[in-house]
Amino acid sequence: MPKRIMFTMGDIACAEGAISAGCRYFGGYPITPATEIAEWMARRMPEVGGAYVQYEDEIASITSVIGASWTGTKAMTATSGPGVSLMMEAVGLAVMTETPLVLVNIMRGGPSTGQPTRGQQGDVMQAKWGSHGDYQIIALTPASVQEMFDETIRAFNLSERYRVPVFLLADETVGHMRERLVIPDEKDIKLEYRKLPTVDPSEYLPFKPDDDLVPPMALLGTKYQFYATGLTHDERGYPSDKEEVQIELITRLNNKILKNADKIVEVEEFMLDDAEIAVIAYGTPSRSAKRAIKDVRQEGIRAGLLRLKTVWPFPERHVVDLATKVKQIIVAEQNLGQIYYMVKAAASPTPVHLMTKPAGMPQLPQEIVQMIREVHSS
Amino acid sequence: MTESVPVLKHPMAKYIREDRQPWIYCSGCSVGIVTGMVARAIDNLGIDFSKVVVVSGIGCTGRTSGYFKTGTYYTTHGRAIAFAEGVKIANPELEVIVVSGDGDIAAIGGNHLIHACRRNIDMTIVCVNNFNYGMTGGQFGPTTEHLRYTQTSPPPIGNVEHSFNLVKLAASSGATFVARWTAVHVRRATKSIEKGIEKKGLSFIEIVGACPTAYGRMNRLGDGVAMHRHLLEVADIQNGLPPHEAELDYETRIVCGEFVDVEKPEYTAVLREAYKKLRG
Amino acid sequence: MSRYEVRIGGFGGQGIVTMAVVLGETLSLIDNKYVVQTQSYGPEARGGASKSEVVIGDEEIDYPKVQRPDVFIAMSRAAYLEYVDGMREGGILIVDEDLVQIEGSLPSSVRVYKIPATRIADMEVGNKQTTNVVMLGALAAITGIVSVEGLKQRIAERWPRFKELNLKALELGLEAGRRAVESSQT
Repeated sequence: MPKRIMFTMGDIACAEGAISAGCRYFGGYPITPATEIAEWMARRMPEVGGAYVQYEDEIASITSVIGASWTGTKAMTATSGPGVSLMMEAVGLAVMTETPLVLVNIMRGGPSTGQPTRGQQGDVMQAKWGSHGDYQIIALTPASVQEMFDETIRAFNLSERYRVPVFLLADETVGHMRERLVIPDEKDIKLEYRKLPTVDPSEYLPFKPDDDLVPPMALLGTKYQFYATGLTHDERGYPSDKEEVQIELITRLNNKILKNADKIVEVEEFMLDDAEIAVIAYGTPSRSAKRAIKDVRQEGIRAGLLRLKTVWPFPERHVVDLATKVKQIIVAEQNLGQIYYMVKAAASPTPVHLMTKPAGMPQLPQEIVQMIREVHSS
Repeated sequence: MTESVPVLKHPMAKYIREDRQPWIYCSGCSVGIVTGMVARAIDNLGIDFSKVVVVSGIGCTGRTSGYFKTGTYYTTHGRAIAFAEGVKIANPELEVIVVSGDGDIAAIGGNHLIHACRRNIDMTIVCVNNFNYGMTGGQFGPTTEHLRYTQTSPPPIGNVEHSFNLVKLAASSGATFVARWTAVHVRRATKSIEKGIEKKGLSFIEIVGACPTAYGRMNRLGDGVAMHRHLLEVADIQNGLPPHEAELDYETRIVCGEFVDVEKPEYTAVLREAYKKLRG
Repeated sequence: MSRYEVRIGGFGGQGIVTMAVVLGETLSLIDNKYVVQTQSYGPEARGGASKSEVVIGDEEIDYPKVQRPDVFIAMSRAAYLEYVDGMREGGILIVDEDLVQIEGSLPSSVRVYKIPATRIADMEVGNKQTTNVVMLGALAAITGIVSVEGLKQRIAERWPRFKELNLKALELGLEAGRRAVESSQT
């Protein structure tokens, strides 16, 4: 498709991003504020020869996405906090069976049913730790309608490259705001696809990794036979209760993300070159922070922003570097402090201040201005 | 001097991962018999085995998928059908078979079962009903009969709950092919599995089996041989009986047969047709 | 125009969100401005409070929400009472005069324009559902923030089946807006 320009909602940009990324299977369940993704997919999937399937719950939705992915189809689901809570079982299964998929969470107020039509960034730690066991996922945090499109494509690419579930963590404001969206000509979009096995089927070991720690993935219905299981398994895919198999497997599942973090993590640096005070934010609060930084710069306060476009794996190197350059760090997030603790650990001993806002509106620019002034004068 | 003895290969061995032998199952268990039924059904139909996908959930029967030498997947507990739906819809060319137990399919996965039946997605669900959660040591489940003993419904009270009749459940949920056999009706059950695979729609086949190690022992039903002999004695074959009359009383009468075989538009076929029209 | 903020408040079913979306589409796709449109709504599809906002700029918009609106369109008493205090000094207040009475004290030098948008839609256009388009016309006439030609083009693209009806509503809204401006100058 040639280049298109729309004025549209973040949720719809996400759906269009998925389609541009090659997604041809959407399994979902309606939930505010992610419903627009499902509705858009229901219209668009038939047009592109894909399937929109509405399931009885979020558990079936994401489990079916795993099934679709194993046929070689790029697949996704989209939901909000209550749905993600139900999906966490399958996130673990996808991690364990190394299944590429994209899980979009348009974050609303929680816990429980919370505030369906209001945003929050309360699910950042859930994305990382919500399923049981030691594991790593990837989570991206778009801050604009264009990024809802671009980062959805990146989410698919990363999930394919590392065979891991990738979260798109967008707060409700980003999901529901409308801005201009430029959809590039499809030949200008770089797409990745999982590595397929090339060895003779008789020699194929389904979970034997290459040097990048990622094993080539056989698809259902091909000449490669395999057993994929949520049980701890060896390179053959066979269940094992041996200690060394458990250690080897989960270490690799973690390392394939952590050791590739530099290839995964993306941040935006804004007015950081000479900054003494850095604000760290992601999603909508980062836009408040940009406004605030422009304002305090006029007062002569040298402030800048480190905007996290990736929260998992945590951009540790970027924060460590930042902490050596600035005197103080402010973390502004739309919750009571989640990424703050990661920043605090990485930035030590540079002081880190937390600005909380566990509700629908992000921090107001003037609130961040006030905080920067206070930190500046302390 | 050693004498070389010719090793006879089991005729179904070609479908089985021999490097995963021996089986995980107890002696006297029905799951191995059902595994054989599925293999024979595939063999009799002569379908391309590489296009067959075997999916199961957690439990003793859930381990079945891991023994088949094709694309196989062992999901989390109860989710075999949900996974299978994703597979079938994303690639309707594949032959999808779900083999799992009563707890997996009718308790934790019960919601997925009824909705898959309602959608009428082309797949074959083979459910081994052994009346309890065997792998965890024998607790009551959705098919445990009233007042029966298990580890979590011990004497003197027994099971306070009442059991699902899986044939009635699947039929009333919209499955287009529904059958029940016991593990001793190997030929008939195999034939029903074949029909289920050939059926363009959701097929549900219940195989009533024995769990002598847990359920049998707790309820003094004898060993595996005794339990299977009993199944044969109380089986009452009533092909074509309305599904709501397909009673199951372990002690006295297990109605067996094919109860539903109806035509209804199949999910992936409807989608395919709709897309053809859309594209002109 | 570095940053210009529009807030529209009313109740569910008045087309509050659609109005902001059409304004945003026109400004972004035709007038080539930077635009962010947001809304907040409750669980009610009809009734309940509804608010939508458009922030317009010549450069990329950072903070996406309205802080102190340059224009506030009040289409319900509840919305008027809730948001009137947040207006910018010298801002523009547009009310549907049949639904909203000016109560209490207004922020200093706020200019008030009364547009009977619902009445115009009902009696003159002949379809109450076009109230938001009438108000959009009035907004364009009063503020000049959006091109009239752009609005016409966008309305025609958006509602091909109801193009004539909505263009009529727009025209009547523009007229009502011009009249309101004239009467405020006398």
